[in-house]
Amino acid sequence: MADLTSNFIGIISPNPFWLASAPPTDKEYNVRRAFEAGWGGVVWKTLGEAGPPVVNVNGPRYGAIWGADRRLLGLNNIELITDRPLEVNLEEMKRVKRDWPDRALIASLMVPVNEDAWKDILHRVEDTGCDGVELNFGCPHGMSERGMGSAVGQVPEYVGQVAHWCKKHSDLPVIVKLTPNITDIRKPAQAAKEGGADAVSLINTINSITSVNLDLFAPEPTIDGQGAHGGYCGPAVKPIALNMVAEIARDPATAGLPISGIGGVTTWRDAAEFMALGAGNVQVCTAAMTYGFKVVQEMISGLSQYMDEKGFTSVDQLVGRAVPNVVNWQDLNLNYIAKAKINQDECIKCGRCFAACEDTSHQAISMSQDRVFEVKDDECVACNLCVNVCPIEGCITMEPMAAGAVDPRTGQVVKEEYANWTTHPNNPGKCAAE
Amino acid sequence: MSENALTPGIIAGRLDAASLAENFSDLHPPLDDHEALVAADRCYFCHDAPCMTACPTTIDIPLFIRQIATGTPEAAAETILNQNILGGMCARVCPTETLCEEVCVREAAEGKPVLIGQLQRYATDVLMATGKHPFARAEPTGKKVAVVGAGPAGLACAHRLAMLGHDVVVFDGRNKPGGLNEFGIASYKSVDGFAEREVDWLLQIGGITIKTGKRLGREVALADLRAAYDAVFLAIGLGGVNALGLAGEDKDGLSDAVDFIAELRQTGDLTKLPIGRDVVVIGGGMTAVDAAVQAKLLGALNVSLVYRRGRDRMNASRFEQDLAASKGVRIITNAAPVAVHGNGAVREIEFEYTDNDLNPTGQTFRLPADQVFKAIGQTLEGDDLPVLEARKIAVTGPGRTSVERVWAGGDCAAGGDDLTVTAVAEGRDTAIDIHATLVG
Repeated sequence: MADLTSNFIGIISPNPFWLASAPPTDKEYNVRRAFEAGWGGVVWKTLGEAGPPVVNVNGPRYGAIWGADRRLLGLNNIELITDRPLEVNLEEMKRVKRDWPDRALIASLMVPVNEDAWKDILHRVEDTGCDGVELNFGCPHGMSERGMGSAVGQVPEYVGQVAHWCKKHSDLPVIVKLTPNITDIRKPAQAAKEGGADAVSLINTINSITSVNLDLFAPEPTIDGQGAHGGYCGPAVKPIALNMVAEIARDPATAGLPISGIGGVTTWRDAAEFMALGAGNVQVCTAAMTYGFKVVQEMISGLSQYMDEKGFTSVDQLVGRAVPNVVNWQDLNLNYIAKAKINQDECIKCGRCFAACEDTSHQAISMSQDRVFEVKDDECVACNLCVNVCPIEGCITMEPMAAGAVDPRTGQVVKEEYANWTTHPNNPGKCAAE
Repeated sequence: MSENALTPGIIAGRLDAASLAENFSDLHPPLDDHEALVAADRCYFCHDAPCMTACPTTIDIPLFIRQIATGTPEAAAETILNQNILGGMCARVCPTETLCEEVCVREAAEGKPVLIGQLQRYATDVLMATGKHPFARAEPTGKKVAVVGAGPAGLACAHRLAMLGHDVVVFDGRNKPGGLNEFGIASYKSVDGFAEREVDWLLQIGGITIKTGKRLGREVALADLRAAYDAVFLAIGLGGVNALGLAGEDKDGLSDAVDFIAELRQTGDLTKLPIGRDVVVIGGGMTAVDAAVQAKLLGALNVSLVYRRGRDRMNASRFEQDLAASKGVRIITNAAPVAVHGNGAVREIEFEYTDNDLNPTGQTFRLPADQVFKAIGQTLEGDDLPVLEARKIAVTGPGRTSVERVWAGGDCAAGGDDLTVTAVAEGRDTAIDIHATLVG
């Protein structure tokens, strides 16, 4: 079994699976049970300023979308930061860290954008013995209306300023948690780095309305006939999160900046994908909220098996391994030519590939009287839609054409050499071939 | 073992009321809302779907399943009923394992088809529970059509004719409408008086008058109907039962399986219904299985179903055969009856093994029997019918007979399987042809 020990910005944990700052990490009882279940670390539910805590709504806080058999695919939440007194949280954190010294315990913080507020909260959390702080610049609901959360994360200058204050007033490692509710995720990441942050974590939740009640004509979750936008998370947001992680990992301005990957991590495979795109570890929330803390055990065994199969002896060997292969569209090889191929032995003759291709793509699949479906190579542009709609995994594949063969669609010989859009004759801005 | 299990003869009360109620409960309990959503989600929404082609009434199955999946079972029901007005009954009695579900691509992929029959039942149950009838009549045409037989073919034809604006009178020889839906189907396939409720629901379209106790050739004559109506549709089914052709066939204890099935369906108290201790059913079709299974469920100690050919030639589907076996019916194949033994009442019945070409082998055996049900096929009865073909009414195209302005469909007409769903399709299509002829 592979060693999953994780060293993230100097914070050691027995595995790279942390629980994200969220409802599951709001109190000692939960966090102890999470550690017992095997989680490598916990980012405590976000703490606010001393004084009267925030309040939450007393109606529904979550909305969801489901797939087949009510599999939860996306969750939306309008819960705010911890609504328990600061002192209670700090005492509980101290006790938990004392009893679980090998696990990572991070304090998530959200206070107004002024230096004294941050200085004060930092000093308070240092006493807990926590391993680091995470600056919550991400929550898109409620707190953002008060000038905190994503209202900070959307202004790179604020991000850099607060990161700078935190490094100035504390020796604790600083992680800046980014909001995805922004046009270019690289800008706040750059600002965090410039401000001195040790790492970024992303994504926080995405602004969303889950659904509309068509009897009440109100967004869901509905509170007394009304609904507010909330933060979207869960498996549905993973593709968005993966891209944002990759953008930061491959941006020369932030390359090498440690990243804690968040967004729909549900299985070991999701975690491995985030790590391959540059995340040093991952944070999980919705999977735990859906299935309980025990899910981490599948993540641990799965990642371990995968690493053994790949011959990796440390998670660091996985981190960032896919980053060099993330490129812009214009860098893709236009001389790479593939054709769809239907394995007739696997085909169950549902005809979905035909309907999809005939109605919405390139009319490149034929259908015979006896329901044999075949690809017309002279029409196929290898768009992959047939693969995506086929219910049988592996039945339709994309087969690359060998160099020297003639593409029946274009009549052109397939070239061996790489060539992309930047040098393509149709590109008005092409670089002169040297 | 119940108190009366070993008592010889044909007696009532072999099982107590609670056991009987359990035995005759719904064969396939209805799907609940969540089960229906899960089952519906398995449908791939195939292009030019094989299930739709396999359905004799060509119901748009992928569409109705998608309508269930998106929370509109009432719309799903309308999709079904628009093609098959008896979609509720067909959902219960169709041999889906040899029709839509047999060709489901998930049957090919996993050996587990989408539960099309049960989903159809779910949708039609939801709609019928509202009490609403989704179809309306066209402007009156002033034409009158006589339908003879209130079974699936007759009802489907009558409903479509009424929808098209014609006035319809349906004559039936029995004391209530429904035909085989009411009298000829195993009780556990149609519980809680469904056949009767379905007819009541169907008649909400209006314009249909049912006249019971009117049998063709007795209370009504074809010539009179032709004179009084613009068109006549014969859907009289197969009223006769084939005989074994054996000496001693008239002994007590021998009867027709169809009569047993009808009596069982109509009886109010199953504890009062007598059944033998050792029951033998002769035949290999759905009627034979329905009789054998129900005999067992009534408490018969031994039930044997004996068929003269191999299992693969049985008209009962593999599912029906397995159902019978699972209920404890012993299936004996390649054996033909050769003698009935007993003094006044049957005591034993003797069979001879046959090869696959029905040649006798000379080897015989006897089964103890105090009750024997014959289920070796039904025949058309009646005089003054249109020209016959293979002992059924010859038809061309959509049910046109040799007699002008007389159509025929369902089991009494030549061609097509003797299935409820086929009868519905024939009734519907004939109605459209009658309409075209009358308003041309």
